[in-house]
Amino acid sequence: MAEEVQIDQEVYDRLIAAGTSERIARAKAKAASVRKAKIAEGANLGPRPAEQATKALEEFRSSHGGGGTAVATKAGADEAGNGGGRLTPEERSARVAASLGGNGNTSIGVPTSSQHTHRLLALVPPAGIQQVQSKQMDKVYTWPHLLLVEFVALLAMGSLLLIVSFFLDAPLGSLANPNQVPAINKAPWYFMGLQELLRYFHPMVAGVTLPGVAVVMLMAIPYLDKNPSARPENRKVANMAFTFFLTFWTVLVIIGSFLRGAGYEWVWPWTQGLGFTL
Amino acid sequence: MARKPPSFSDVKTNVQDNVIWKSIFRPGSIYRKGYRDTSRDRALAAMNNVLYHLHPVKVKRHGLKLTYTYCLGGLSFFLFILLTITGIFLMFFYTPAAGAGTEIAYANMRDISASITFGNLVRNLHRWGAHAMVFTVFLHMARVFYHGAYKPPREFNWVVGVILLLLTLLLSFTGYLLPWDQLALWAVTVGTNMMGYTPVFGDQVQFVLLGGVSIGPNTLLRWYVLHVLFIPFVTVIFLAVHFWRIRKDGGISGPL
Repeated sequence: MAEEVQIDQEVYDRLIAAGTSERIARAKAKAASVRKAKIAEGANLGPRPAEQATKALEEFRSSHGGGGTAVATKAGADEAGNGGGRLTPEERSARVAASLGGNGNTSIGVPTSSQHTHRLLALVPPAGIQQVQSKQMDKVYTWPHLLLVEFVALLAMGSLLLIVSFFLDAPLGSLANPNQVPAINKAPWYFMGLQELLRYFHPMVAGVTLPGVAVVMLMAIPYLDKNPSARPENRKVANMAFTFFLTFWTVLVIIGSFLRGAGYEWVWPWTQGLGFTL
Repeated sequence: MARKPPSFSDVKTNVQDNVIWKSIFRPGSIYRKGYRDTSRDRALAAMNNVLYHLHPVKVKRHGLKLTYTYCLGGLSFFLFILLTITGIFLMFFYTPAAGAGTEIAYANMRDISASITFGNLVRNLHRWGAHAMVFTVFLHMARVFYHGAYKPPREFNWVVGVILLLLTLLLSFTGYLLPWDQLALWAVTVGTNMMGYTPVFGDQVQFVLLGGVSIGPNTLLRWYVLHVLFIPFVTVIFLAVHFWRIRKDGGISGPL
């Protein structure tokens, strides 16, 4: 069991009042209470003092005589007229050389003999670091977030089925008898669309060709639809065609299931009953 | 002097700190070390569990929204598991035999419905679960289409999905014959007649499906094996590919 984390009620209330979502407000309030506790213990929180970086840069300048650039942590043009936070090309190459130990100088904490070129990151001007083009993907942990949703969905479906199964019995007719053809002769509901097509076409067309073509077309959809957009407003044709297909099929299934009686003739369900068993 | 009973944490330590326990749960497993609500343990909970590791450690936040996926794929899979379990239960009490005058299959169905403990409930679950699965798979397909989730790089997973839809229909349809009642017999007659019209090999297709020239005891055995073994086996393979491709194609699709 995780230890209880206190919530800073004051922060929480303020965030909720400001219209922040409950989840984020709770997280921030937790963080606030943890921060409070740490400060009470005497920990030194908050951003590192900027002097450290400034000192390193000053040190470098005094040894190389570049001068005139803005301090790394401060954007904006300085008196010498250089661009904010930017180094002149000479200065940059000198710093790279220095950090690689090229001129025997120790710069910004990189020893002369260092092979650790990743320290070069310290030389990248802030403007270069902050130019992030792509959006960050918003991700959450599968446990507990997704698994909780899935578990609830599973319980809902499970209990629904259990309730239905408790009150509704699966059909079991009389013993199969090949010599006794029932008056109403129907396939399972998901095949009633096909059976309905049989009414209009030759069995080879209705039973094999049309479903075959439908399945192949269904599989071919991603290769035929070259539209890169997934937004509904950009794919009206595709959505309409698919909706038409689904509606057409559903209507066929409904007609076949509920509106066909003895001899597969059209009947209204309120005259002879449903004529349909699941 | 009475000895103090061991505390719960002592027992827990003793149970968990031995070779057997550690051999069962992988290093880093939360069941081996205990769970604390940290980022690391949240990741390990998904990674070190055979059931959960189908998922990535992290998922896109919009994928949690119920109105994005409606959980339809997950529910289809859940129904498949439920149908496997209930189906295995029914297999204990069912013989796919329908010899003239004996009709064991139908008699077994009467027994399952009438006299076996929970038999009727499990049979109902199996039947309604099958209908529900056809329905959720169908809705899942529609959902994926309207979100354009089949677009690159997910084209092939759509094809696998269509194959799974067909397998679902076949699973349902082969199960239809097993009760060996009038409904089963004549519904299957309609279906197999339709397939018999396949061009060129119509007769052969029908012969293979029926195990003869007309519906009889051979058909029942054939459809039983298809229903409980062959099609589930193929389905599991395609399900594995389906889930694997979701991971490899970059998780579930993005928002519109």
